[in-house]
Amino acid sequence: MEAPEHWAGTEPERVLAHDGTPVGDTDVGLSDDQLRAALRWMILARRLDAECIALQRQGELTVYPGFEGQEAAQIGSALALGADDFVWPTFRELAAAIVRGVDPVQYLWYHRGTWHGGPYDPRATRFGPICIPVATQLCHAVGYAIGVAKDGSDAVALGYIGDGATSEGDFHEAMNLAAVFRAPAVVFVQNNGWAISVPTRRQTAGEIWKRAEGYGVPGVRVDGNDVLAVYRATADAVARARRGDGPTLIEALTYRIGAHSTADDAGRYRDPAEVEVARRFDPIVRFRAWMSASGRIDEDGVASFEDDAERFANDVRASLVAEGSPPAEWMFDWAYAEPPATLDRQRREALG
Amino acid sequence: MTDAAQHTMVGALNQALHDALRDDDRVLVFGEDVACLGGVFRVTDGLLDGFGGDRVFDTPISEAGIVGAAVGLAFAGWKSVVEMQFDAFSYPALEQIIDHVAKMRMRTRGRVDMPIVVRIPAFGGIRGKEHHGESPETYYVHTAGLKVVTPSSPLDAYRLLRHAIADPDPVIFLEPKSRYWPKEAGELAFDGPGIGVGRVVRDGGACTIVAYGSMVTRCLEAAARLEPGGIDARVVDLRSLSPLDVELLERCAVETGRVVVVHEAPLTLGMGAEVAARVMELAFDHLAAPVARVTGWDVPYPPAALEQRYLPSVERIVEAAREVVSY
Repeated sequence: MEAPEHWAGTEPERVLAHDGTPVGDTDVGLSDDQLRAALRWMILARRLDAECIALQRQGELTVYPGFEGQEAAQIGSALALGADDFVWPTFRELAAAIVRGVDPVQYLWYHRGTWHGGPYDPRATRFGPICIPVATQLCHAVGYAIGVAKDGSDAVALGYIGDGATSEGDFHEAMNLAAVFRAPAVVFVQNNGWAISVPTRRQTAGEIWKRAEGYGVPGVRVDGNDVLAVYRATADAVARARRGDGPTLIEALTYRIGAHSTADDAGRYRDPAEVEVARRFDPIVRFRAWMSASGRIDEDGVASFEDDAERFANDVRASLVAEGSPPAEWMFDWAYAEPPATLDRQRREALG
Repeated sequence: MTDAAQHTMVGALNQALHDALRDDDRVLVFGEDVACLGGVFRVTDGLLDGFGGDRVFDTPISEAGIVGAAVGLAFAGWKSVVEMQFDAFSYPALEQIIDHVAKMRMRTRGRVDMPIVVRIPAFGGIRGKEHHGESPETYYVHTAGLKVVTPSSPLDAYRLLRHAIADPDPVIFLEPKSRYWPKEAGELAFDGPGIGVGRVVRDGGACTIVAYGSMVTRCLEAAARLEPGGIDARVVDLRSLSPLDVELLERCAVETGRVVVVHEAPLTLGMGAEVAARVMELAFDHLAAPVARVTGWDVPYPPAALEQRYLPSVERIVEAAREVVSY
């Protein structure tokens, strides 16, 4: 096996080869400082992901869905967004969340079982609630995009989904609505090869990006482990949406190194040799190799990012484990803006 | 100035949408065939001309997408009034309604309201095709986070829809198709009982007949038929199925001691089950008879040729009232 099987077919857009050698124009619109920041985010995100898995093993999180291997896809796309743009995530976009300024501790309330949805402020962070019902958040992204366009804003909505979500009806409904209304939206598919235990070839017999043509919108296939290519493809799609030229479907080819979640045992359905192959295409190794070879960072620079990552992960852990249980009032506080009298009685009964 | 005009429910709902669009420029009306055609029942007739395609627009046939878009629009500060063309066609949107519309305020810790109204022409009795005569209210009433209302008359339809659109919480608005065209005289007014409040539409002391939507008129006919036999039946229009006006149910049960509840939906886990349970909890010592339920049968909604054998008839309501009174 030379590469994960779901990467077969149309060659994706790529700036850096797997070993970090440039194969395209490396000037994707990021300054050297921004490039270093991108590498730093990737190192921080991977360290945080590992910390979250440890926290779950220690009983501090309930179930945690890791994202190892998808750092370039998430961080490259998130960095291509402007301050007013709005992200509609699944449950696996912690890397994108921290790039967008979401407090990781509040985010992890979700996986700690403290609160559902968006424990952080989704309006202030422009990062929608964590969404488990598959592909449903794409419809929200499209509605939001239609709404901000009505207000004359040039903001763009970006919805993340996985390969499995492209089998859902809501994927189709969202794509079609976005296309018909020329909504300023970007649908970003992280095709990581697996939807829990089902490989991409059992989700779809075609290539995901090609479905765009059926909706009458542009489709792009990009190497999702190449942060520069991801950034460029997303920035192009965002610019197109901002100009009023409508939505784009991006398929980013990446790989889910870990299990679906800490509750999953990938050994039951996936050959470990496939994971070892995928590890050869690591997005951080690739980007770091180019950054280093092009003189943009040295060993000390990388080491300082790793130190930052260690502190970051430790700070998140310390804050998270210090959190107690939420007060029981919260069950009743926000169910309704104007709660029914019948619920007030239940509230009194529950809270004593 | 008194408006003594005659109103159909279709006309009253149309006026309510018109007035809401006029009074609040964040209100949008969209769905399938609602703009150019004005809706298959003409409830949205003329709104496109009045308010333009930015605020009143047609969508693809895409119920989940319509409701899901309304969720995203709420994040952007818009208040969507969306139409599901018929009762059974609302089911593709159930995931969006249950997983997001109903829960988003709680999931965002009160930071994002969902001021969404989902209008659904509902219930049977119009000799419709299959999937055009269903009573989906229990699905919605059983979903915490939603409010569910259904009017029984044109004037109340106007008032309830205005309240629903003004409400910061999501409202499922069930429109009884069989009551779309009968007329009622009076003034269309926002003032008056809002969501969560039922009303007594006929006073009486012998028993209380509880109904909503399409069945209220039938219950009034039953009450009129009971009167010559000396049974003075009270008729309650619930209007609001969630929240339920339990104070009104308690008062009527205490005052009359006998309760009949009537709906088109199948018996099992219909609104009648909740009404009976509430009456039992709140007024058990005042009851002189078990609560009676007159409902559709526990079968899928039948074809037009048989629907009147399925729907609670005036005769069945009369018989149930006589039984609770003579218990």
